Amino acid sequence: MSTASPALDHDHDHEHHGPARGLKRWLLTTNHKDIGTLYLLFSLAMFFVGGAMALVIRAELFQPGMQIVDPHFFNQMTTMHALIMVFGAVMPAFVGLANWLIPMMIGAPDMALPRMNNWSFWILPFAFTLLLSTLFIPGGGPAGGWTLYPPLVLQTGQAFPFVILAIHMMGVSSIMGAINVIATILNMRAPGMTLMKMPLFVWTWLITAFLLIAVMPVLAGAVTMLLTDKYFGTSFFNAAGGGDPVLFQHIFWFFGHPEVYIMILPAFGIISHIIPTFARKPLFGYASMVYATASIAFLSFIVWAHHMFTVGMPLAGILFFMYATMLIAVPTGVKVFNWVATMWRGSMTFETPMLFAIAFVILFTIGGFSGLMLSIAPADFQYHDTYFVVAHFHYVLVPGSVFSLMAAAYYWLPKWTGHMYNETLGKVHFWLSVIGVNILFFPQHFLGLAGMPRRIPDYALQFTQFNMISTVGAFIFGLSQLLFLYIVIQTIRGGAKATDQVWDGAKGLEWTLSSPPPYHTFTTAPEVK
Amino acid sequence: MAASHAHDASAFTTDHYYVPHQSYWPIIASIGLFTMMLGAANWLNGGGVILFWIGVALILITMFGWFSTVIHESENGMYSAQMDRSFRLGMVWFIFSEVMFFAVFFGALFYARMYSVPWLGGETDHGLLTHGLLWPHYEAAWPTGGPERIGGFFAPMGPWGLPAINTLILLSSGVTITWAHWGLIEGNRAALIKGLAATVALGVLFLSLQGYEYVHAYRDLHLTPQSGIYGSTFYMLTGFHGLHVTIGVIILLVILFRSIAGHFTPQRHFAFEAAAWYWHFVDVVWLGLFVFVYWL
Repeated sequence: MSTASPALDHDHDHEHHGPARGLKRWLLTTNHKDIGTLYLLFSLAMFFVGGAMALVIRAELFQPGMQIVDPHFFNQMTTMHALIMVFGAVMPAFVGLANWLIPMMIGAPDMALPRMNNWSFWILPFAFTLLLSTLFIPGGGPAGGWTLYPPLVLQTGQAFPFVILAIHMMGVSSIMGAINVIATILNMRAPGMTLMKMPLFVWTWLITAFLLIAVMPVLAGAVTMLLTDKYFGTSFFNAAGGGDPVLFQHIFWFFGHPEVYIMILPAFGIISHIIPTFARKPLFGYASMVYATASIAFLSFIVWAHHMFTVGMPLAGILFFMYATMLIAVPTGVKVFNWVATMWRGSMTFETPMLFAIAFVILFTIGGFSGLMLSIAPADFQYHDTYFVVAHFHYVLVPGSVFSLMAAAYYWLPKWTGHMYNETLGKVHFWLSVIGVNILFFPQHFLGLAGMPRRIPDYALQFTQFNMISTVGAFIFGLSQLLFLYIVIQTIRGGAKATDQVWDGAKGLEWTLSSPPPYHTFTTAPEVK
Repeated sequence: MAASHAHDASAFTTDHYYVPHQSYWPIIASIGLFTMMLGAANWLNGGGVILFWIGVALILITMFGWFSTVIHESENGMYSAQMDRSFRLGMVWFIFSEVMFFAVFFGALFYARMYSVPWLGGETDHGLLTHGLLWPHYEAAWPTGGPERIGGFFAPMGPWGLPAINTLILLSSGVTITWAHWGLIEGNRAALIKGLAATVALGVLFLSLQGYEYVHAYRDLHLTPQSGIYGSTFYMLTGFHGLHVTIGVIILLVILFRSIAGHFTPQRHFAFEAAAWYWHFVDVVWLGLFVFVYWL
């Protein structure tokens, strides 16, 4: 077993090896559970960094006039909040879950390409160092919005190349992570685990990984053109040279729309695990769930210009993108129907994961309906760039994606740590979150319909009351996440011993393992019947 | 464990899915990538370039070390047929991501030619205001430097000189690499080495001619990346393609040296196949370039 560099690679009897000690374990690890943990902790840290920025935004908007920050810093906060939450919190959290769960769910010894798995993760802390450092350099961080539209974004100062290159690094990380997921799912399933027997979290991740590989390079191309336009005199987005700033929007949203499904499809998978467990019934309509996921993924490639109705497009284009967008409601409706049908006449109990899952179904559906409203082009002319849009996408992202992540954390933490979390505190966290999030985002619908534009640090007096309510909700929601942090730390450190089964209604290979599972699992593949 | 998957296990010396224990290479690669990006950002902001090259060096060292490790593991029979499939899936999806990357720049080219340039010329009501108010005398045409002729007057690059020769060179290299592959499968190592050497030589020839073409474009045609949307798309597409050919040549060189060192068997030579897939991908992108950038 000699290798090129025995000093650099340790590959002796890797089968029954426990983890290495100290910092080296985390820096050099090729273990899917270690890497999953790293992803999850990193995303939790970024969730608080991005959340702190959101609180700066909401504090400034508590009343009209400028109170706390100057407008330029406010714009940096909105831009950075979005970039951090999308690329630093939600996406890595789902990748962390994929790392922990997919090998255990399909009976594989590890991810297919373990060393590359380590690289995918360790790019991220460096990328976000690069991104966050821009807040401290002359001229400040990016302030043109996370969508990076030219020509505005080209006015960014010295931060500009840092932002672009940080996005490149995040893209490299995502693409490698997604390749690993696809290779693992297609090649590492235990004998008998056919595609249509795969747990839905695995299915939704397979499709998500495909979306990632298809669109992250598109974002890379878009930001590369921004870079050359600014520093090398190209004219991609410059009409004087024959280009068009609208071209950037088309390319960005060709990435951006599949991107929003990248952030929700794994959530669908999680909810499809939790609801059957606590309803004590098999998932209603497994096959239709798979086909609905695939349909949503397909449609995500042909709806991007609904983000651009007000930009100016041929009428045929507007109509096409409007109707294609509305079509997405069909497979999404199938999913919501199936979740409800799973609960129908089930023996339901309401532990914390189930509470988050039910809140997901209701609140995500509200976000879906406001999305349907936005898809109607003539109505969108009114809603565009107002707080209605902010309310819409926060409903699908916070009580949608983030709630699914909370649900997943409570659901699988006992399996990962071997300890039960504190159920009372979990329920307190749930109720604070679900009340806080609605106080935070529901009034923003009204603000938007009344005409308050998004991305402004100051506003007209008539918007004051709803903004105050929203800010109060923001602080309730934000501060109650500290309780989540406390519960997670408490569960890692100790608590009641979790059984292997953990939840009596839970099905799947991961529950056949001990809690916590050994460092290496399924080195011999289980037989799936 | 992998026995049930390993239909052609005879070609592999192990049935075991190899999970490496720990590795320094990924973290070194991360530090290298960070150094390179930080250096590039400093460079673009008018700072020094040393940091960038340190990062590049770290990445190159990593690639050398990481691939050496993998090659030794492979040559020592630590990889099963299932492992081989993981590598194949990895390479296929990596190439797919590259396809999507090039698709962006082709998309920008098509958009400019189909929409933005005609609109700037006043076609349809989309262009009416911009055309009428800003550039009423601009007539849509291709190639174009745009309404303000950013970058001055230039002549476009015609297809039937060097680009046509380069097309022949790359197509021939597709033949020589297939010849090499047949040599490998039939156990004819001389053909393998000759075929690979010819492919590398054709790749280098292609790159030299591309370099000469760039000099010609800059000096004689006054065609630069600043030459409006034509220059932008021309240099972005040919530049990234040239970069990929360079990477492909380096990959093929490694495969050539490995072939000389006696690596690969007729049954088992995924690294060769991956290099060949990559080379064909680069070839197909060039055909797109030749048709849409140079010819039409």
